[in-house]
Amino acid sequence: MRTWSLALRNLLRNRRRSLTTLMAMVIGAVTILTFGGYSRNITYSLQTGYVLRGGHLQVQRKDYFLYGSGNPAAYGIADYQRVIEVIEHDPVLSPMLTVVTPTISLGGIAGNFAAGVSRTVVGTGVVVADRNRMRRWNDYGLPLNIGPVALTGTAEDAAVIGTGVARVLQLCRPLAVADCPQQAKAEQTQGNPAPDDIIGLARQESRPAASTDEARIELLAANVHGAPNVASLRVVKAEQQGFKEFDDMYVGLHLAEAQRLLYGGDKPEVTAVVIQLVHTGQIPAARARLEELLATTLKSEPLEVQDFETLNPFYGQAVGMFAAIFGFMAVLIAAIVLFTVSNTMSMAVVERTTEIGTLRAMGLRRSGIRRLFVCEALLLGCIGAAVGVVAALGLAWLINHSGLTWLPPGQVDPVPLTVRVWGETRLMVGSAAGLIVVAVLSAWWPARRAGRMIIVDALRHV
Amino acid sequence: MSLVTLNRVNKTYRLDAVDVPALVDVDLEIRADCFTVISGPSGSGKTTLLNVIGCIDHPDRGEVTVAGQEVRKMSDDALSDFRARHIGFIFQSFNLLPVLTVYENVEYPLLLSGVPGGERRRRIETLLEAVGLADKARNLPGQLSGGQRQRVAIARALAPSPQMVLADEPTANLDSHTGEAIIDLMRRVQREQHVSFVFSSHDPQVMAAADDAVRIRDGQIEKAERREALARETA
Repeated sequence: MRTWSLALRNLLRNRRRSLTTLMAMVIGAVTILTFGGYSRNITYSLQTGYVLRGGHLQVQRKDYFLYGSGNPAAYGIADYQRVIEVIEHDPVLSPMLTVVTPTISLGGIAGNFAAGVSRTVVGTGVVVADRNRMRRWNDYGLPLNIGPVALTGTAEDAAVIGTGVARVLQLCRPLAVADCPQQAKAEQTQGNPAPDDIIGLARQESRPAASTDEARIELLAANVHGAPNVASLRVVKAEQQGFKEFDDMYVGLHLAEAQRLLYGGDKPEVTAVVIQLVHTGQIPAARARLEELLATTLKSEPLEVQDFETLNPFYGQAVGMFAAIFGFMAVLIAAIVLFTVSNTMSMAVVERTTEIGTLRAMGLRRSGIRRLFVCEALLLGCIGAAVGVVAALGLAWLINHSGLTWLPPGQVDPVPLTVRVWGETRLMVGSAAGLIVVAVLSAWWPARRAGRMIIVDALRHV
Repeated sequence: MSLVTLNRVNKTYRLDAVDVPALVDVDLEIRADCFTVISGPSGSGKTTLLNVIGCIDHPDRGEVTVAGQEVRKMSDDALSDFRARHIGFIFQSFNLLPVLTVYENVEYPLLLSGVPGGERRRRIETLLEAVGLADKARNLPGQLSGGQRQRVAIARALAPSPQMVLADEPTANLDSHTGEAIIDLMRRVQREQHVSFVFSSHDPQVMAAADDAVRIRDGQIEKAERREALARETA
C-alpha cells in the first residue's frame, strides 16, 4: 500500500470536505484554462492579422525602420528583384516560405480636386496577386472570412482608401460609406488645401470622373529627387482599417503606380521585401539565414531584417498585457487553492492525530506520515487538475459553439468568440502541473507537523 | 532471560508550570516469553512505563535496553524500524485504521516490516484464524463489535512476529465476559507463539493470568513479583 490506496481512502473518508476542496481546484483550473485559452486565441488572432498584412519578416534598407517614414524614397531597395530571387531560391529558406513580395510605403497628400479638399495620407503599394496569396495564411485554423484584396482585377491607377480618408475627401456618396454626415460648405472652402503650385500640378494630372458615381483622388508625394509628383487614382473602395488613426490616412495602390509616383522614370525601388513563412515558429531560423545572406550574397546594399513583432509593437504589448493578467489570475487562484488544500490537510491532521500516533507506534517513520498526507494532497491535485481540464474543455466547447462574437482590437468585423483550450498542450499541462504542485506545497506544512508529532501525545489525543 | 531492562529510569512531565514526576529511578527487568502485568492506581505511571518500554517515549534519565539494544542511542528512524520489527501494540481503544479492512489492518505492520506478499498472506490468514475472525477479513472495523475489534488489534500486534506485545488496559473498554475471552486469547497466543506480553491493567482477570506482576505507585516500583511468588500469594 499502498500509501496511494490509503491516501485515496482517507480522502473518501470525509467526502464532503474532499469534494469542496476539489471544487475549489476545479474552478481554479477552469478559470485559468478558459482565460488562458481566450488570451491565446487573441494572441493568435492578432498575430494572424499582422502576418496577413505584413508577413513575418521584412527586408528593409538599413535604418528605414527608424528614419524611413519621413522620406521613404531615400531608403529604397534598389536591387529588390535580386533580393527576392535570392531569398526564393535559397535552399534553406525556400521550404519555409509562402510568399515573398515587394512593397512600398509612402507619405503624401491626397486631394479631391473637384471638392477642393485634401489630407495627408500614408500610401502602401502592393503586388495584388501576392497579397491575395498572403491572405490564405491561417496557421492556427482561425474562423477567418477574408476575401481577396479590393484591388484585385483593377487597373494600375486604382486605389483603396480608408473610410476616414473617404470622409475627409468627401467621397462618401460614390464609395457608399456609411456614417458620413456632410460637412458644412464653409468648412470646405476655408483657404486652399495645398499651395497654388501644387494645386496646379494636381490639376495637370487630374482626370475628370467618368461619371458622378466614380471617385477619384490625386495623390501628391515627393519623388526620389525631392520634387513633388502627383498620381491620379480611381478609388475603387473605401475600407475600414480597424484603428481610426490608420483609417484616416490609408491609401492602398498598385506597386507599379506607387513606384511611378516615387521614382518617375528612374529605376523603381521598393521600401521593403515582405516575407511570409509557413509557420511563425520558423522566424528565428529564417531570420538567421536572411542575416547570413544579407552579409554575404546580398551585401552590395545595406539591408536589415525586421520581424513582425518589431514592426508592430502593439502585438508585443497586447501579448504582454494578457500574459500579465494571466499571471495575476494564476497567482490569485494558486493562493486560493493553497489555502483551501492547506486547510483541508490541517483538519485531516487534527482529526487523525490518534491514528498518526498509532501508525508511528507501529513503526511508520516520520517520513512515512509526511508521505501519506502529501500523497493525499497529490491525489487531490491530480483529480482536481484532471477534472478541471475536462471541465475547461467542455466549457470551451460550449463557448465556441455558442455563436457569440466579439470585435478584436484593430479588426473591422466581429469574429466568433473562441476559447482555445483543446490542442494547447502546454497550457493544459502547465496549468494542471501548477495546480498539482500548489496542492502538494499546501500539504507540506500540515504533513510535516503530522510527522513531527510526539507519539504519546498523539495517542492521548481525544 | 531479560527482554527489557530499565536502569534508573526517570521521566518528568510538565503540566502548566508544575513538574510532575511520572517515573522515579525505576529499575526493572521484563522476562522474555512471559505474561507481565503492570498495575497501580490511576496516575501512578503505568502508561508512562509502558510507553518507555515500548520505545514510544524517551526517559529523561536512565538506560532502557530492549531485546539487547540500548534504545536511547537510536535515532527516530532507527527506533521506528526497531518497533516495527520487535514490538506490537494493543490499545485500549483498539486504534484500528477505520478505512482499512480487517485483513488490511493486520497486513499494515507486515508491509512496514517488508514481509513479502506470499508470506504476508499466509501469516494474516493464520492470525485471523487464531483470533476467530477469518470470516470477517473483508469487513471494516466499523462493522465489528468491540471484542472483535480488539481481536483484530491482537492479530495486528502479532503480525510481524514481534518479541514483545504491549497492551495498555486492553480490556478496559470491553464487558467482563468479552474481556475474559480476550485475556484467554492473548494468553493462548502468548504460549503458542512464545511472545512476551506486557500489560497495564487494573483488571483482576488480567492480573490472575499474569506470569509476572509489577506494581507501581507514584512513579516508583512498589513490588515486582514472579509467577512462583504470585502463586504463593494466591494460595
